[in-house]
Amino acid sequence: MSTAPIIDYERIKGVKNVPLEELYTSGHRTCQGCESATTMRGFIKSAGPRTVVTGATGCMYVANTSYMTTPWIVPWMHTQLGAGGSSAVGMAAGLRALKRKGKIKDEKINVINFSGDLGAGDMGIGGISAALQSDYDLLIIMYDNESAANTDIQATGLSTYGAQTTFTPPGAKHPIMQRRWKKNVAGMLAVGHPTCKYVATACATYPPTDYLNKVRKALEIGGPTFIHTYDPCPKGWDYHPRYSNELGELGIKCGLYPLYEIVEGNIIYTYDARKNGKGRIPVKEFLTKQGRFEHLKDEHFAYIQKMVDEMWDEWEMPGVAPIKGILKARI
Amino acid sequence: MSVATAEARSDASAYEREDLLNGCQAVAQGVRLADVDVIAAYPIRPYTEVMDAISKLIADGAFDAEYIIADSEHSQFEIVKHASSVNARAFGGSSGTGWMYGFEALVVTATDRLPPLFLVGNRALDDPGAFGVEHNDAMAIRDMGWLLAWVTSPQEALEHVLIGYRIAEDKQVRMPMALAMDGAFLTHSQHIVKIPSVAAAKKFLPPYDLGERRLHPDNPISIAPQANEDWVMEIRRQNWEAAKRARGVIQEAYREFNRVFGDRYAAPYYFDEFMTEDAEIVLIGLGTVASPARTAVRRLRERGQKVGYVSLRWFRPFPTVELRECLSRFKAIGVVDRDFAHGSPDNGGILLHEIRSCLYPAKNRPAIVNFIGGLGGRDLSIADAQRMYEITAEAAGRDSLDGFVTWIGLRE
Repeated sequence: MSTAPIIDYERIKGVKNVPLEELYTSGHRTCQGCESATTMRGFIKSAGPRTVVTGATGCMYVANTSYMTTPWIVPWMHTQLGAGGSSAVGMAAGLRALKRKGKIKDEKINVINFSGDLGAGDMGIGGISAALQSDYDLLIIMYDNESAANTDIQATGLSTYGAQTTFTPPGAKHPIMQRRWKKNVAGMLAVGHPTCKYVATACATYPPTDYLNKVRKALEIGGPTFIHTYDPCPKGWDYHPRYSNELGELGIKCGLYPLYEIVEGNIIYTYDARKNGKGRIPVKEFLTKQGRFEHLKDEHFAYIQKMVDEMWDEWEMPGVAPIKGILKARI
Repeated sequence: MSVATAEARSDASAYEREDLLNGCQAVAQGVRLADVDVIAAYPIRPYTEVMDAISKLIADGAFDAEYIIADSEHSQFEIVKHASSVNARAFGGSSGTGWMYGFEALVVTATDRLPPLFLVGNRALDDPGAFGVEHNDAMAIRDMGWLLAWVTSPQEALEHVLIGYRIAEDKQVRMPMALAMDGAFLTHSQHIVKIPSVAAAKKFLPPYDLGERRLHPDNPISIAPQANEDWVMEIRRQNWEAAKRARGVIQEAYREFNRVFGDRYAAPYYFDEFMTEDAEIVLIGLGTVASPARTAVRRLRERGQKVGYVSLRWFRPFPTVELRECLSRFKAIGVVDRDFAHGSPDNGGILLHEIRSCLYPAKNRPAIVNFIGGLGGRDLSIADAQRMYEITAEAAGRDSLDGFVTWIGLRE
């Protein structure tokens, strides 16, 4: 069953043309310099008021919806940590049934779920996979601050290699406790769901308006869609709150965080970190600006650099899927 | 002598036809008649056949609903919960360990005060693996703010889909409803079922209306924010007040059901009494324990013994006052538990503890003994039931036997 584009959005050209209307407003208590708050504010500016939202448990649940001081102008509901995908499916299915049966007005209503890296990338990945197999119009945004940021900064499957977290403290015997390489969620979801028409990675502030337009594009293309956002976190990454925007930009420019969108099977780099593109700055320039990497030694920087270079120079789909070989048949 | 069972009289005009259906297929018909909007399915024996039956109804065009095959019970229950939040009538279900896998979602469905209906095809919890009935799965939600009832026939099962939604969705209640049904013995045993007409079902069950609490752009509310110690106690208390109000709503729902469908259920509706009018010794149990127990009652009555059976239908809210009034008139009560409460005060089943607690303030407190039986789907035979009556009769008037627990059919 095909899904029609839901709302005809205009592309936002330049920051001066970002909608002024705030649908996520005062009442929240996110930290100073919180990039995820910008991510949140941005998606609902892009989507507009005819939207229903679920927020999975995580720092952006706990910090955003204190009882009786909700910052949400649109209808919002909490969902469980691993239920991002299923919450969106439930709402989209309910609305579709009610419209079809004439129980509510037949109009376009966006369904968006906002889940963190622990909720969406680890616990809830099965539910999101199922949502992306469905034919409902829904958007799942995974805000990735690379830790369980509400519970005391614990490592998740998306934490950068080597990062200090409360579950991965450096010690005399084991200087690197975070030995897992960051899980490639957007690539995995794009590769695994042939009927999903839109998967993107983004950063709320870099390049300007890129993220806002990706949200609009996802909603416009319709069907189930997914956006992974890269959200520097002053508390978890250990840097001064004034540098959130810069760190997002550096993370992208050093190639650690690939920026792209996949529109009906076509990869479009929205920051080209390949050699023949804009190229990359050394990862060390990004890592040394954060306290969580203070314990890293040259050998660790070298390892991370090697992995990033390999991702961009040797993968058949650079930054997207870790496949190095071209198609061959063994007969 | 009252023989008040769900197989009582009915108004033929409210039913359109008869069919040979098992418990799961009967519930599927109830779901169709309730005009449910969203179904979320995930396979596990034995409840799963209800989802098979519903998908066929949809495929054949006999029923219109969104049908979602979830990736796990947790997702299944969350889909149901969130569909319910946008004011869509939603249906789910599970059995045994599947029910437990989605437990987090079951808890929040109740605390969010949403009223979907779930079928629990009772099944023993792993390990070891067993497909058969045991009640510990559904019992696990007894303290979580759910409505919980057991049925004893496919006819009752079908009718309790309509009754369940009506009670759950009532503005005074808004609690999720678990309709429990013994795995295999009821989910998969066929009976002749009278199927209500669409018109009668519609007359009985009003449309689902969450009103000011529905999630929709025209009603921009925030549901389930972080409340912490500031408000959690008050919110818990509100949940409990709803459960208290449910008692009146349950009574009204059965009275209305009887008006539309004929005199189907006898007051006080929470339980059925069988040959209890002059009885001195009764057994009480849930679900299909009723079948061997009723037959045993008939046989023992032929020998002149004053025995009866009480089939408990509603477990949450627990019919404390009504059951106390009913049970305190007997000399001895045998509580049949198809479950076990490990490490509990009386070393018995869950139902035993509930009934002993219920009867503690009674002026005339009968002796209560407990039977643990039929675990993992083991048969509870008519001979077993007769033995339970004998043991219960021995306890009458003997304080030393009060609280005695017997495992029936155990190889020792």
